Amino acid sequence: MEVAVEQPGRINQYVRRYWLWLIVGAVIVVVIGYGYTVNPRTTRAVLSATLRQSTPLVLGALCGLWGERAGVINIGIEGQMLMAAFTGFLVNVYTSNLLLAVGAAALTGALLGLLLAFMSVTLKMDQIIGGTVINILAFGLTGYFYQQGLTTAGKLQPIALGPLADIPLLGEVLFQNPPITYLTLLLVALSHYVLYYTRWGLRTRAVGEHPRAADTVGINVYQVRYINVIAGGALAGLAGAFLTLEAVGSFERMMTNGRGFLALAIMIFGKWTPLGAWAAALFIGLTYALNTQFQFLGWNVPPQFVGLLPYLSTIIVLAGLVGRARPPAADGVPYEKE
Amino acid sequence: MRVWRSVSVPVAAVLLALIIGAIILVVSGASPVDAYAALVKGSFGGTRELSRTLEKTTPLIFSGLAVAFAFKAGLFNIGAQGQLLFGAITAAWLGFALTGLPAVIHAPLALLGGCLAGGLYGAIPGALKTYTGAHEVITTIMLNYVAINLTDFLADGPLKDTSPGNIVARTPAILSTASLPDLGPVPVGFVIALLMALLAWWLLWHTTIGYEIRTVGLNPSAANYAGMKVAFTVTLTMALSGLLAGLGGAIETLGVVGRYQPGFNVGLGFDGITIALLGKTHPFGVIPAALLVGAMRAGSSQMQFSADVAAEIIDVILAVLLFFVTADMVVRWILRMREAEEEQVVLSTGWGQ
Repeated sequence: MEVAVEQPGRINQYVRRYWLWLIVGAVIVVVIGYGYTVNPRTTRAVLSATLRQSTPLVLGALCGLWGERAGVINIGIEGQMLMAAFTGFLVNVYTSNLLLAVGAAALTGALLGLLLAFMSVTLKMDQIIGGTVINILAFGLTGYFYQQGLTTAGKLQPIALGPLADIPLLGEVLFQNPPITYLTLLLVALSHYVLYYTRWGLRTRAVGEHPRAADTVGINVYQVRYINVIAGGALAGLAGAFLTLEAVGSFERMMTNGRGFLALAIMIFGKWTPLGAWAAALFIGLTYALNTQFQFLGWNVPPQFVGLLPYLSTIIVLAGLVGRARPPAADGVPYEKE
Repeated sequence: MRVWRSVSVPVAAVLLALIIGAIILVVSGASPVDAYAALVKGSFGGTRELSRTLEKTTPLIFSGLAVAFAFKAGLFNIGAQGQLLFGAITAAWLGFALTGLPAVIHAPLALLGGCLAGGLYGAIPGALKTYTGAHEVITTIMLNYVAINLTDFLADGPLKDTSPGNIVARTPAILSTASLPDLGPVPVGFVIALLMALLAWWLLWHTTIGYEIRTVGLNPSAANYAGMKVAFTVTLTMALSGLLAGLGGAIETLGVVGRYQPGFNVGLGFDGITIALLGKTHPFGVIPAALLVGAMRAGSSQMQFSADVAAEIIDVILAVLLFFVTADMVVRWILRMREAEEEQVVLSTGWGQ
């Protein structure tokens, strides 16, 4: 006689798996709704600033993620962003062509990705030092070639997405943004799709977890690592472009201000998943957004305390959560062909 | 022959880095001959220049020692910068706030305070790593930014110089009893740095704790199996590493600057990584490596002045140097040298240790 096993429904399954996230999501929606009824202007400003601040962070985190999922640690995101921000700015100054400038920034990031791949895959250098080389190099080169007083014709402007932009709050925050912000949201979704639903994503994960096994079934480990690290570099380059071509419109020395390193922590916080990284980036972006709001509200908080908020929250989050996060098994280990 | 084998790669790496630096100078329209001549003149051209080189070298020895020391336990301390800042500001505070002490007590006390502050700040990432698993590379970098903000706040708030006419963020000047004595052209701090290198070497190779640190660095599982307290050793190593960096900051305050002023020693932490690796992560190797970088830093202002070359070219050269030192197989290939049999430096292997 067959024993009837009760099959939980699909929705039921999801609820069991993601109950914590559902509660968190519900709380966030309630808080935002309450904030909007009490003080619509501040709520809107905080949400917009959160999205804006999270954009370079999530791009950097995706850069780190694509490298590490293939087994290459990229601690040079900071340098890739900085260098890309600089070349993007220079191209904008001399050609006044924003599209070309964004392309140049992405290309710069990709080239530094190529350098990192060369160091860690071909030369089998210690990967953390390889990234540090990129950071110091970018700091030195941008400082050496930087000239004061360069001005640009302009920066990327917000594009309102037709009727969507007229939705109260949601439209104002989500659908009236400049292009790189939209592109970033697309890239998060695209990264998730490619990583989990395509052949390339499967290969990448295989190479990051067990390169020997991947090699045995005919996957070119070196090629997968090279391509992922270079593509990741382009994403970091886009983050740099965001800084000089979309957010600020000019370049300053060391303007990345640790965002590349934060991105790396965000990737870990997001447990090496694109959607997790996006959520983590929004959270750290919120700490930045509060920064400006404290000043705006006239609260007497020393600016330095607010300035250290993103870094301190990152440490606390990592200390509290990372113990349960597991990096790809072959992360940081050079692969030696037999 | 044996000496040549151990120094040939670092020396060749330095030469290659200088050549690539020269290429960048030519590309950007500057004369590498003029630039390098000014660099040498500005760092070794006379007693005053030499003294300045030693002055610049001192904190670099400390940050190099800090990074090299942590490497021995398999730890990557990128936070020497933050530990140094806390050492510097604590020494400044003790230097101006304690009054009525004789110099023989005051100056050592301020140095000790700086040491402890750096040590405590270094212990944080060590403890976080052992008890929560948060990797020290990330936490030390984050703590650098926290340290920059906190010391800025202190120098602009509670510890601010309130003398009339001062508007910038800085602490009051230290008392004369706290400042390090002036003993001719060789700075006292430099002598202390040499002594600390000796002490670090002795600690690592002639004490039980040093043996444990190195064992943990080579194989944490084996160390654990042999009954060593790995968690404690990791935290202690980070604390000692931070202590070295903190002492460097304290000496900078008490011997050179005379007060704490934000932004006077940015980038020392990253220089420490280059120096530690150039010196093959050995305390004695750190000294010539720091001297080289210190000379470049000291001579860069002369280079900027007389050859009109921005000082940041030094960072480019140092990045290339770091590359060649680490990618020693490239250098060996250029030198047509065989792989050395000596022990390979074991560094990081990933996040999930």
